[in-house]
Amino acid sequence: MAESAEKMKTSKIIDKGIEEGAANLSSKKIEKVIHDVLQNETGARLKTYVETCIHCGLCSDACHFYLSHDKDPRYSPAGKVKQTIWKILKAKGKVDADFIKKACEIAFTECNLCRRCAMYCPFGIDVSYLISIVRRICFKLGVVPQYIADTAHSHASTLNQMWVKDDEWIDTLFWQEEEAADEIPNLRIPVEKQGADIFYSVIGPEPKFRSQLIYQAAVIMNTAGVNWTMPATPGWDNSDMCMYIGENEMMGRLKKAYFDTAMRLKVKRIVMGECGHAFRSIYDQGNRWLGWKMPPIPVIHAIEFYYELLKEGKIRVAKKYEKGVTFHDPCNIVRGRGLHEMARYVTKAFTREFIEMHPNREHNYCCCAGGGVINCGPPFKKKRVEGDRIKAEQLFAAKSRGAETIIAPCHNCHGGLEDIVHHYGLGMEIKFLGDIIYECMEKPESMGE
Amino acid sequence: MHEIYKFVSGPLVWLAFIIFVGGSLYRLISMAILAKKKDGLVYEYFSLKYAFRSIYHWLIPFCSRNSQQHPWLTLVTFAFHVSLIFTPLFLLAHIILIKESWDISWWFLPEGMADFLTIVVIAGCVFLGIRRIVRPEVRYLTNTSDFIILALVGLPFITGFWSFHQWPGSTFMGILHIFSGEVLLVMIPFTRLSHMIFFPFTRGYIGSEFGAVRNVKDW
Repeated sequence: MAESAEKMKTSKIIDKGIEEGAANLSSKKIEKVIHDVLQNETGARLKTYVETCIHCGLCSDACHFYLSHDKDPRYSPAGKVKQTIWKILKAKGKVDADFIKKACEIAFTECNLCRRCAMYCPFGIDVSYLISIVRRICFKLGVVPQYIADTAHSHASTLNQMWVKDDEWIDTLFWQEEEAADEIPNLRIPVEKQGADIFYSVIGPEPKFRSQLIYQAAVIMNTAGVNWTMPATPGWDNSDMCMYIGENEMMGRLKKAYFDTAMRLKVKRIVMGECGHAFRSIYDQGNRWLGWKMPPIPVIHAIEFYYELLKEGKIRVAKKYEKGVTFHDPCNIVRGRGLHEMARYVTKAFTREFIEMHPNREHNYCCCAGGGVINCGPPFKKKRVEGDRIKAEQLFAAKSRGAETIIAPCHNCHGGLEDIVHHYGLGMEIKFLGDIIYECMEKPESMGE
Repeated sequence: MHEIYKFVSGPLVWLAFIIFVGGSLYRLISMAILAKKKDGLVYEYFSLKYAFRSIYHWLIPFCSRNSQQHPWLTLVTFAFHVSLIFTPLFLLAHIILIKESWDISWWFLPEGMADFLTIVVIAGCVFLGIRRIVRPEVRYLTNTSDFIILALVGLPFITGFWSFHQWPGSTFMGILHIFSGEVLLVMIPFTRLSHMIFFPFTRGYIGSEFGAVRNVKDW
């Protein structure tokens, strides 16, 4: 009976990375790679998770893909595990290239590794871990969606996500320093300052597309009188698509370069910009790959940093943001670090009207962009946006109660929510918390007035 | 018939308990060794405080958001599991057998209560079985073994109820009761019924990750 419900889901999406990778596969190679990954890299967790799952389906309601596809069981967390790792284990690795293509699409584009389902499984089975194993197998087979594979190549070649060259990086910092000095004359972006209190790190897309965020951070740092620095060498980028494609070796290299840079600068702490996956990479996964139980240097996310600055009176509220705001809790810093209350404290301080979306905090619905899904690029955009209709409904409900602006302190969430807002015609504005702080804080020149 | 009864209520009981206890220990110890070898991080990040915090919140009905969202299922599964474990341990007939063998005894359930809890278990099996058929998200995950497991759990309770009430064929049902109970015990370590022994560890591990590392609730 279970078989009748199980129609093979055939995708119409053609991705060059998946197609060409799969064209090079032989059943012998597939079996060997699967065997190697399972033998050498998995153990008690995989075994226990697979054998303990009692097929109750209670994880289903946790998943935005499932909820957005009218509760189609193929999109439930366990449903995706069934179609991928259960089949692989049952067939003892004897699967064909078509199966790998399908498993790749499921693992890379139908799961954001947001870990919401781990909070809904009565046994706490970590489905994101199981899906990561599938991604690892696909990666080792050379079957990875083209766009995210290209991003990982950028990491490998330049140690940053966006093919930013070494001189372009420095140039961007100087450029933003000049721009911001128009507003605050003595403003500096101190590059390569040894022994600074804080190494401020950003992700590749900031110098590439959103350099105003570096400007804003510089204004906040200068206003608060923070002793900070940014490196002039590779190692400045804390983003990590290698983590998401299962290229663990490269993830390790990236994190090593990153922490080495912080140690070379002899900083006391690392503060990172408003990004979620990068936080997961340096706080949770990359450090572990390198054998550090916790990061070797304390790392804190921008939210926690803003909270500290505000609590210590180093930044002050000059005016309240006028429009009604709602707050989107990113998975990697809320389920990944519990920063939801600090975020609300800062948000409420700077805004006039705060409207909760429901569910919220650790139970918030995913943006559907994280986990590398948005990085799989245009071929999967429609699928990604349609796979998160529930988010549009959640946002619309908040809008109907007065929320005009969504604050999302994560780059991936931004990208995902922008697409959702556009596709569903929600007409809401999306901002970083730093945008609001920059706009509404007391700045040096206004203090002088 | 008497010979069979003597066999299932004598040597087979011992065998069943030895396999149940030994098998459970074997599963736990071999998994612990495998974890040490392959998943060292489980030990590194395991935190008793947060493991217990998580287990506690998932053992109390309606504590987790998920259990609030499925109130009927929560009621049934909690009643089902509690009755399933409680009834055989505090059943007068079982305690009398132990008293005759070893001269020890403990508090037992009143007759009507025992009947009620037994019906709860049987009804629970029926409910969970029907749920597997009617709910698409559960049906999609279900295979034959899931129904066999439910039958394994239900059978000792159905047969026990039958023979206790002296319905026709109660001698046979009594033997079947003992035998099916033994089969159930033997199967626990080696089927998905092992969720019974692994629950504290899977729950505890994710509770530790969420609590100690990620500073967040997991319920």
